[in-house]
Amino acid sequence: MATAAADGGAAQRKSIVRTALILSALTAFEFLIAFTKKFYPAWFGMSADTAQTLVVVTFIILTLFKAFYIVAEFMHLGHEVKILALTILVPFLFIVWLIIGMIMEGGYWGQQNMEELSYSSEPAAVEYVHVQPESEEIPIYG
Amino acid sequence: MANVTVDKKALIEGERPMYNASYGKLMMWFFLVSDAFTFSALLIAYGALRVRSVAHGEAWAFPEDVFTHTPLLYEIWHIDSPLVFVGIMTFILILSSVTMVLAVEAGHRKSKKEVSKWVFLTIIGGAAFLSCQAYEWYHFIIGTHEGGMELGPKAMAYLDSREIPGLEEGDPLIVYPILKSEDRFQVKEVRKQGNGYMIANDSLAQLLSYEREIFKRLYFSDKLQLTEQLEPAERVKRIKSLVDDINRFGASKNHNIRVSASLSGDPETVLANLKEELPAKMSVKFVDGGANLKSNEYGPPDFAALFFFVTGFHGTHVLSGVLLLIMLLVNINKGTYEKRGHYEMTEKIGLYWHFVDLVWVFVFTFFYLV
Repeated sequence: MATAAADGGAAQRKSIVRTALILSALTAFEFLIAFTKKFYPAWFGMSADTAQTLVVVTFIILTLFKAFYIVAEFMHLGHEVKILALTILVPFLFIVWLIIGMIMEGGYWGQQNMEELSYSSEPAAVEYVHVQPESEEIPIYG
Repeated sequence: MANVTVDKKALIEGERPMYNASYGKLMMWFFLVSDAFTFSALLIAYGALRVRSVAHGEAWAFPEDVFTHTPLLYEIWHIDSPLVFVGIMTFILILSSVTMVLAVEAGHRKSKKEVSKWVFLTIIGGAAFLSCQAYEWYHFIIGTHEGGMELGPKAMAYLDSREIPGLEEGDPLIVYPILKSEDRFQVKEVRKQGNGYMIANDSLAQLLSYEREIFKRLYFSDKLQLTEQLEPAERVKRIKSLVDDINRFGASKNHNIRVSASLSGDPETVLANLKEELPAKMSVKFVDGGANLKSNEYGPPDFAALFFFVTGFHGTHVLSGVLLLIMLLVNINKGTYEKRGHYEMTEKIGLYWHFVDLVWVFVFTFFYLV
């Protein structure tokens, strides 16, 4: 509020334009990845799964960068009192916890209801049993 | 001691502003924190349902197959342009955020004319974004003319829980893991183990251990695409080769196969032809064109439900933002804030508007990119 600067806000406008350019560049980069990602396995000689994992991680990092610029610059939180910023940001630790919990649990949801979810018209009379692998090298899941 | 003056403002807001921010701005921040929690919960629900869906062998929708319409390109030249339109929407929202922050800056200088100009441009941006969303929803809801088609086995196989009748050494096996890579593996060895099956193969082993790390389970679905614009004869050829593939690569081995493609031609005829050629163990089901809360031609209904809810909730926020901005613009032009001596209302609504932009950044990543 009290930043009606002597230069008529010219410095602030410059910083706004800079932030806008950064946000646009990050978004453009995201699109570049989205349109070229199918070629990565061939270009970089990696498996499709590795390539996709890298792409997803890159997207999430870029998103967090964009979020940082919006919150710090556009929402001006970077220029507020530090304790205000902490008051707002610290509660999001709960969200981090929720993400870890829910994504890890997600794969187990509805395991009791597999019959319903399948296409089966006559559900197979097999109980769900967790299969343990015999040794480490042999891949089985469960 | 009769004339004790009571500062009413101080009674409400305290003598000094807490955290050096005014009462109104603080409350806006706290509201936004709670709202961010709501959006976080929605996006995490999306992640968890997606992981669940995949763990149960359902094909999740691929956004680049779903959101392929761009105005004019589609209407005039019938060109599919995946993700182009959502890119335009994203830039519109970023631009409107820039005009908003410029309005706030002009408010610091108490320049009524400039504030009202930038706020007006922000309203235009918000309205443009909402129109884009309406267009996108429309095309998602009506979908393709022919709808999708699901080819499902009558009983679904889970590698670790169900039998896979007839799967033998040397059989080819199509494995489409969640991450859209597509590999055909030769089964080297099938052994019964406990209640499950062990399938050994070098590359499959790699895949399985990788999958286990992330999703704990193999994604055992198949998605065959026929999304291009094709001549009817060519289409029939494709369908035939699809059926050939199913026969050769073991759909009769209880693979769950989802064909979310637009098949031109009379659905009844296509269905009849397919039924004739498909293995007896398979079932064919047509899914209505487009998506609603119960069915979705592009993938699991969960995808459509989450899309409608999350982008709808975000769109509602944009709509409220536009209404607040209109109110702001009217008051600016009436001179309300000039009389008040400050343009703090612009800052408060600006905070809200940037928050809406922030949410879109996340929605965009998780619904359209990942």
